[in-house]
Amino acid sequence: MANYYSGVPELMFEMNNPLMERIAQLKERDYEDKDKYDEAPQDYADALDNYGRVLDILGDIAENVIAPNAEDVDAEGPHCENGRVRYASKTYENMEALKKAGLNGMTMPRRFGGLNLPITVYTAANEMVSAADAGLENIWSLQDCIETLYEFGNEDQHNRFIPRVCEGETMSMDLTEPDAGSDLQSVMLKATFDEENNCWRLNGCKRFITNGDSDIHLVLARSEAGTRDGRGLSMFIYDKRDGGVDVRRIENKMGIHGSPTTELVYKNAKAELCGDRKLGLIKYVMALMNGARLGIAAQSVGISQASYNEALAYAKDRKQFGKAIIEFPAVYEMISNIKAKLDAGRALLYQTSRYVDVYKALDDIARSRKLTPEERAEQKKFAKLADAFTPLAKGMNSEYANQNAYDCIQVHGGSGFMLEYACQRLYRDARITSIYEGTTQLQTVAAIRYITNGFYSSVIQEFENISTTAEFGAYLDRMKAMACKLNESIAAVKEAENQELLDICSRHLYDMTGSIIMSHLLLQNATKAPELFAKSLNVYVNLAESEVEKNYNWIRRMTADQLDSYKK
Amino acid sequence: MSLKIVVLAKQVPDTRNVGPDAMTPEGTVNRSALPAIFNPEDMNALEQALRLKDENPGSTVTVVTMGPGRAAEVIREAMYRGADGGYLLTDRAFAGADTLATSYALATAIKHVAPDVDLIIGGRQAIDGDTAQVGPQVAEKLGLNQITYTEEILSCKDGRITVKRHIDGGVETVESALPLVLTVNGSAAPCRPRNAKLVMKYKRALAPMELEKDTTYADLPYADQYEKKPYLKIGQLSCADVNADLSQCGLAGSPTKVKNVENIVFKAKESKVLTSSDADMNGLIQELLANHTIG
Repeated sequence: MANYYSGVPELMFEMNNPLMERIAQLKERDYEDKDKYDEAPQDYADALDNYGRVLDILGDIAENVIAPNAEDVDAEGPHCENGRVRYASKTYENMEALKKAGLNGMTMPRRFGGLNLPITVYTAANEMVSAADAGLENIWSLQDCIETLYEFGNEDQHNRFIPRVCEGETMSMDLTEPDAGSDLQSVMLKATFDEENNCWRLNGCKRFITNGDSDIHLVLARSEAGTRDGRGLSMFIYDKRDGGVDVRRIENKMGIHGSPTTELVYKNAKAELCGDRKLGLIKYVMALMNGARLGIAAQSVGISQASYNEALAYAKDRKQFGKAIIEFPAVYEMISNIKAKLDAGRALLYQTSRYVDVYKALDDIARSRKLTPEERAEQKKFAKLADAFTPLAKGMNSEYANQNAYDCIQVHGGSGFMLEYACQRLYRDARITSIYEGTTQLQTVAAIRYITNGFYSSVIQEFENISTTAEFGAYLDRMKAMACKLNESIAAVKEAENQELLDICSRHLYDMTGSIIMSHLLLQNATKAPELFAKSLNVYVNLAESEVEKNYNWIRRMTADQLDSYKK
Repeated sequence: MSLKIVVLAKQVPDTRNVGPDAMTPEGTVNRSALPAIFNPEDMNALEQALRLKDENPGSTVTVVTMGPGRAAEVIREAMYRGADGGYLLTDRAFAGADTLATSYALATAIKHVAPDVDLIIGGRQAIDGDTAQVGPQVAEKLGLNQITYTEEILSCKDGRITVKRHIDGGVETVESALPLVLTVNGSAAPCRPRNAKLVMKYKRALAPMELEKDTTYADLPYADQYEKKPYLKIGQLSCADVNADLSQCGLAGSPTKVKNVENIVFKAKESKVLTSSDADMNGLIQELLANHTIG
């Protein structure tokens, strides 16, 4: 495999999207740092050049350090020793390379030592780390927890914590507990105020905490004694330097072995409040989760890219019946489907990250000055798009990563079932992506209101007005027909006025919506770069059409009186 | 203790894959036919220098390279990893140099730009010549101590350095007073990656030789940056700049001539087929013992 960035033109293409100009302008505040920092860009062209160069460094590290270490990391895994985590030995090597390259605090402002890069660029970095070793992504990419501390922490906290993250210290978000997984309202970790020492104290335990022995933790805990719901929860910062949190055990997982998933015990651990009391879950964790979901979408695309690379290389190399197996339709169809889902999912990932970039950059500007009415409108528009697209990007891409890793093994035949080939690791690593940071079923819950209120349909309608070339005109007509079927299905489900029926249909509507939106994004890409995307466009629209048709039929046949037959 | 460190680095043709046009009719390496890369062992040398800089605040790492304009890429690559700057030693008079003329030019340049140097660190050898002569010759010409085949610098303080060096069948630990010349093995620590901030900072750094004919820094895009940030102008030295004796430079100063470069392909007649019989196995073991491959 070549450089994970410059060797993947489809990824480079996404960094050159026209919306990047607005993103760079907002992120750089009209390039106000240009005379203050040696590394700050002078203008848009300069910023874009920087983005490519930084990603090329990461692509090089992914190729030459992380990927060659992936197998050893998977085999060794982390260990728990005296209440601390010891990573797999090569994980330290990977982390050191990323640290030396200065790829921490990537999105943080320069005054804290960050690189002030857009989330879109950080997302690309995330994708590449995952393609090389999905488990490493969990450790390294938790640096984006700092976004939440930056957004909601005070200035003193900014000055104390952000530079440390930019220097390479790691983070974790301590949310889940044995009885609070998807239902975080039930979090019971106790936070009490210690009047004598003027600080908060945390007591209790957390489970399934990724990278739980990190340097700086964001902890969701119950600060309001006697409450039982989300309104009694606050967000705290725990600094490992203060001590008080030990690792009780590391989970023995099916995949992402490099990433330590820990059980934590808090014994009177000193902590400080981040933001306001009682807003822990309802505001801060929601922000944290949205960032994390984009991260998992990127991790999923990375795994899809790796699955494609492995399947393609094997199919070209492996000969049966006197020729390379890639020459057989049954095999090349599988590989084309992997590529089409990869390209479509990637288009959705970066469309989402660009939406997030615009509204977050405006949010940040709003902290230092009042936004103009136009900017406020822009902020509102992009925040809504980001909120609607994030659950689609996370859910669809994680499902695709699983399908692609599955097909990758299938291409390998019996060899794929043996532990010698990378495809089995990809398959195991992919499995968690559709589960953590909200299962696909919960992504559907987050997306369904935008389905029923017609928001996605209006976005699709806008996409239908984007012109394409004569070459691709027929695809647009097919997509319009798909949208009609989606709208018909939504209307039918709504008409029944039965919540349970809506719930059971929601995943079907979600898949239809995702397929149509990705078809459009791929069409937009193919219009600009047919040499990169024309084939995938054709393959993907064939897939999307059959997906829409299948779900359309399912919903058409589904009625409330059948629900009983689904219940056990 | 702050150290003044010079790293000797060379841009080399990537000889790991040599084609039929690798040689010029004059018998020198055809550099345009092969991709130019940072000589791998010079990367190991750079890493040792950067580690010393990390441990000794206030130290400087200056890269000296000899070559045509495009060889300044080596200096930029080193700056992206933490070197403070460098000098491109470039002149028609330096062209066609063998190791003797090269070490003369390098030594002369070091005397000029870093007379108070503490450490000169280079790779063991370059992949285009594989001579391992330049480092030791520079030491001789400057009258400095030298430690070759360095694996690791164990300590460097109070004007003394302790180094683990590779020898046949093992390693030995040696100590020397500064200043000295070190050459570093490919098995030493690999070089750190490019650093994001440094790449953004130095990406426009150029040596004068890299500018198109009849243009100056003022004609470049972002010309104001070259005025505001002097570090973007990479140092460049000619034969005259360093007062080099022309008769010791380039082809004139080079007794060595390259006769031919070729890819060695092992042919079937050089291989032996052995069966699993005891006689064959014993024969092989005896042979390997005799030529000291094993035992």
